[in-house]
Amino acid sequence: MNSWKYPAFWLTVVVVIVGGAVPYVTGSNTWRENMFLILLAIALASSLNILLGYAGYVSFGHIVFFGLGGYVGFYLIAEQAWSLWPATLAGGVAAGILALLLGLAILRLRGAYFALATIGVNEAVRTFINNFDLFGGPIGLELNFSVYRDYGGPATMQWITYSTVFALTLLVVIVSYGIKFSRFGLGLMAIREDEDAAMVMGVRTPMAKTMAYVLSAIVPGMLGVIFFFRNSSVEPHEAFRLHRSIEMIVMVMLGGQGTVLGPLFGAATYEALRGYLLTSPLFKDLQLALAGLLLLLIILFVPSGVIGWLRGRFRRLWRVLE
Amino acid sequence: MTGQQAENDVILQIKNVSKHFGGLVAVSEVTFDLPRGQILGLIGPNGAGKTTLFNVINGVYPPTEGRIIFRDTDVSGKQPYDVVHLGLARTHQIVRPLNDLTVLENVMAGACYGHEQHPLREAREIALEVLEFVGLVERYDTLASSLNVAQKKRLEMARALAARPYLLLLDEVLAGLNPTEIAEMVQVVRKIREQGVTIFIIEHVMHALMNVSDRVIVLDYGELIAEGTPEEIADNPKVIEAYLGDPKLAERLLRGEED
Repeated sequence: MNSWKYPAFWLTVVVVIVGGAVPYVTGSNTWRENMFLILLAIALASSLNILLGYAGYVSFGHIVFFGLGGYVGFYLIAEQAWSLWPATLAGGVAAGILALLLGLAILRLRGAYFALATIGVNEAVRTFINNFDLFGGPIGLELNFSVYRDYGGPATMQWITYSTVFALTLLVVIVSYGIKFSRFGLGLMAIREDEDAAMVMGVRTPMAKTMAYVLSAIVPGMLGVIFFFRNSSVEPHEAFRLHRSIEMIVMVMLGGQGTVLGPLFGAATYEALRGYLLTSPLFKDLQLALAGLLLLLIILFVPSGVIGWLRGRFRRLWRVLE
Repeated sequence: MTGQQAENDVILQIKNVSKHFGGLVAVSEVTFDLPRGQILGLIGPNGAGKTTLFNVINGVYPPTEGRIIFRDTDVSGKQPYDVVHLGLARTHQIVRPLNDLTVLENVMAGACYGHEQHPLREAREIALEVLEFVGLVERYDTLASSLNVAQKKRLEMARALAARPYLLLLDEVLAGLNPTEIAEMVQVVRKIREQGVTIFIIEHVMHALMNVSDRVIVLDYGELIAEGTPEEIADNPKVIEAYLGDPKLAERLLRGEED
């Protein structure tokens, strides 16, 4: 793996660093809040891309990892008085374990059947949490504001969580890049192109797919902990919103599945657009309808996404846009 | 002890193998040995079970009955990836390129995940070497989807070879090629054998197969009906009846007049 030799690697990393640094430079809370959501979207979309873009498996319920990881971490902080960092790790581990168990069970399904199963899983986990008293059932859990004192008060906590999401985003992007140019990544892409041929070529498909699923679940689980910690509360319908999963897919498809820069571009664009739509009086109720329309248009006209389209159009960009 | 010796020179033993799909018997009690270093041809009419037999050998389907011994290991019912790791690679009758990957990446995947399990850097070198060998090296940087049929067949072959197998199963690598391309491909097959790889080949282009094979076996309705040298097969009345139809046609095919 010598990804640092490729211009595309540096372009991607620099874009994330420059974007993520804006709030520090300006010191503006508005910028920080906007960038928090954008980085969160990038990290979620890039994680999903490991499964969707590299291995070609559409997960419609990927938000389940964000929700479950968030719940586990939040519970540890709120009820067991854990500090944020171990709780964040625990959220990631919980999401990874869920993905491992699910992977063994439902990754034998292909295409639409797998996609349907992932929706079922999201709904099943949500219903379970809804009835799970330890996690507060339908009411969820709340955090005592005094907890924030350990992190320098609410204002400093906002910066700390922002920096954590920034670091996690950078991590996902670098890991995505690493996977793409690894032996493992080549196996995943072989599965995406033709799973039966991949098996005949020697790819241990059940293991490779499960690994991809686990890798795509861990960071969303960690992000869930940060997100709900910052939110100071977590409840089932907030944690397992199915439409968030669909928005993740739109982001990946918009930018270009299977590329590293694609989910980054797609997530940033979509999140910025969403921010605009939510505040515009005309569109504020139509934001999801527009997301659906966008997905439809992408699939019909630019199935490889913006970055994929550029790569297909301009061969010279291959080394720069990955 | 001489028996043991003979066993060691057999790379693949098919023992009483059957494959049923529900009520359909696709392969029925087939038994034969493939000696190391040979080119064994497999012929038979359409639907005779040739590709099914390949699929059973490399683990795409488990056999309903019987055993497949590859290099003294029982591989019956193993997964395809386990079989290729033992050194048995194959090509597909209907080419299956990984379309969105480059030619080089396709072949690198073969080297990475094949018998020798190379890391990426070595896989790249092996892939380039194999592409040179099959005559596709100048296209290494193009997407596999942009190749023509003949090139896709070469790609299939390169990918299987990059796995560095002991035994290579070739499923109709000549079908759909023009006479020049066929001649080139036959040369490639011969060269592969010179490298010490045993070859088991299904082919409909009869004169090419008869030319290249040391021995030929014939399947009809899933049963092994004949086994022998190409000449013996061409003279075998059962084969002529089942497959070639007309005895004179057999002679003409052997001389290659059909093309």
